[in-house]
Amino acid sequence: MDAVSIRDTVLSVFRKVAADQGRTLAPLSDELPLLKCGLDSLCFAIVVASLEDSLNVDPFNADEWVDFPVTLGEFIKLYDRTAA
Amino acid sequence: MNSLWDSVAHSGAPNAAEFHGRNVGIALKELSRASMLGTNPESLRGRSVMIATREQLLAAVCLIELDGVARRLILCPPYLAEEQLCAVAHRAGADAVVVEAGPSPWTLSGTTTHAMTPTPIPGQVRRHASEATDWVLLTSGTTGAPKLVVHTLQSLAGALPRESPPVTRTVWSTFYDIRHYGGLQIYLRAVLSGSKLVLSSRGESTGEFLTRAAAAGVTHVSGTPSHWRLALMSAEAAQLDPEYIRLSGEVADQAVLDKLRAVFPNARIAHAFASTEAGLAFDVDDGLAGFPAEFIGKRAGALDLKVEDGTLRIRSPGNAAGYLGNGLTAVVGADGYVDTYDLVERVEGRYYFRGRKDGVINVGGSKVFPEEVESVLNADPRVRWSRVSARPNLLTGSVVVADVVLIDAPTPVDLENTQSVKTDLLNACRRTLQPYKVPAILRIVPALELTAAGKLGRSSA
Repeated sequence: MDAVSIRDTVLSVFRKVAADQGRTLAPLSDELPLLKCGLDSLCFAIVVASLEDSLNVDPFNADEWVDFPVTLGEFIKLYDRTAA
Repeated sequence: MNSLWDSVAHSGAPNAAEFHGRNVGIALKELSRASMLGTNPESLRGRSVMIATREQLLAAVCLIELDGVARRLILCPPYLAEEQLCAVAHRAGADAVVVEAGPSPWTLSGTTTHAMTPTPIPGQVRRHASEATDWVLLTSGTTGAPKLVVHTLQSLAGALPRESPPVTRTVWSTFYDIRHYGGLQIYLRAVLSGSKLVLSSRGESTGEFLTRAAAAGVTHVSGTPSHWRLALMSAEAAQLDPEYIRLSGEVADQAVLDKLRAVFPNARIAHAFASTEAGLAFDVDDGLAGFPAEFIGKRAGALDLKVEDGTLRIRSPGNAAGYLGNGLTAVVGADGYVDTYDLVERVEGRYYFRGRKDGVINVGGSKVFPEEVESVLNADPRVRWSRVSARPNLLTGSVVVADVVLIDAPTPVDLENTQSVKTDLLNACRRTLQPYKVPAILRIVPALELTAAGKLGRSSA
């Protein structure tokens, strides 16, 4: 899966989880700090589980420790790198 | 043990204790001559009072005002829906409810309602003698109805370390809500040692809370591993410079301990094991996951730990008195120990946690009984049966995953129908379950495996 569609997948999962959980999502941009996007810890956990199902990777459960992403751009990059 | 109010009002030492909320600070010494209950606290003497405020700061004040006065205090977490509050009030025999003030405060028939004022009102708070108060905490149960666990101030706080004289420089904070056991421990540490306590407010984001906590100069911070992982995803975490970091409520893995050590090199980092029923068992402060094997056996005070049938058992003065409902049911077994149902395995000189014997899923420190979620799924007439299990997740430890077998097995051409069944099932879960219990992933599968005993296989992931 190329980088563009990984980005699209990540963004669509963010939107779906926000809608399912009744959350208002901030306008999504690479610079947006994750904790200001409108999702809470449980929502992020659901995002990660959903992405594991659609992309078949979970960078947060990889053997080596990952640096936690702080912005949405870093979050997408993490999936780009792991799915590559 | 003195009541909380006695500890606050009669403390001879300088008392800097203060509750620090988003828009308000309450100095505890004010509560010796003023009240936020909207009524003379003496009017609630001997009553069973349900504390149902949404803001935890109000609950924090209410506990001080009513410990030693009320017969029973029932601490309700803020996410309970009204029908759950009604059910809890009924089972706990509540005859008074404390809520926040508002245009139309929530009321419950058969009880008196007391709307708290946003700030203390000077007035009649002179108290008669203090009497023993039961503290009732709520915890998850298999049926969906919360279990009511009865403690006393002694069982909750008797073993807490006391700084003497009070260390007024300490500023505590907790990501945990104080109406849960883990948060309540931090609340009691702060109040009984005369320290400031920074509390999160409803609707406050983790980033905002961290900024406020840093500005208040927090020195001691407590939360679950999941709380800490979320904090580490925030640029605001770098503003903190804590002396002491505490993790409890979930298994702390080596990765989260190492990451905290790297980000906060000056902090003492400890992870604790406690449960609502068993109380606090131990703190581990060597920076390693698991706990040393020598913790098993008799410990300081009357605390005693053992491992039997693979699970950790705890006998302690911190054990709850029992479960409430049709009288009091013991939380301890015939041997006098509480079975935590947490599986532990000894590897060389250390024990490590290996999941739950009863299949309970820990989502960010909150317990989910698979049976409760399955009963919601199975109520749909299209469902033959379902199995709910845990999937490891770094952000919340686990998430809930459901596999569902339909009565009419879907064929590939039925994909659209399958999607609509999934949506219906998830909506049913969202209507009846708390958000952390709703499956993060729901799959329609052709069949589920049974164990040799003919039961649904449960993995203890």
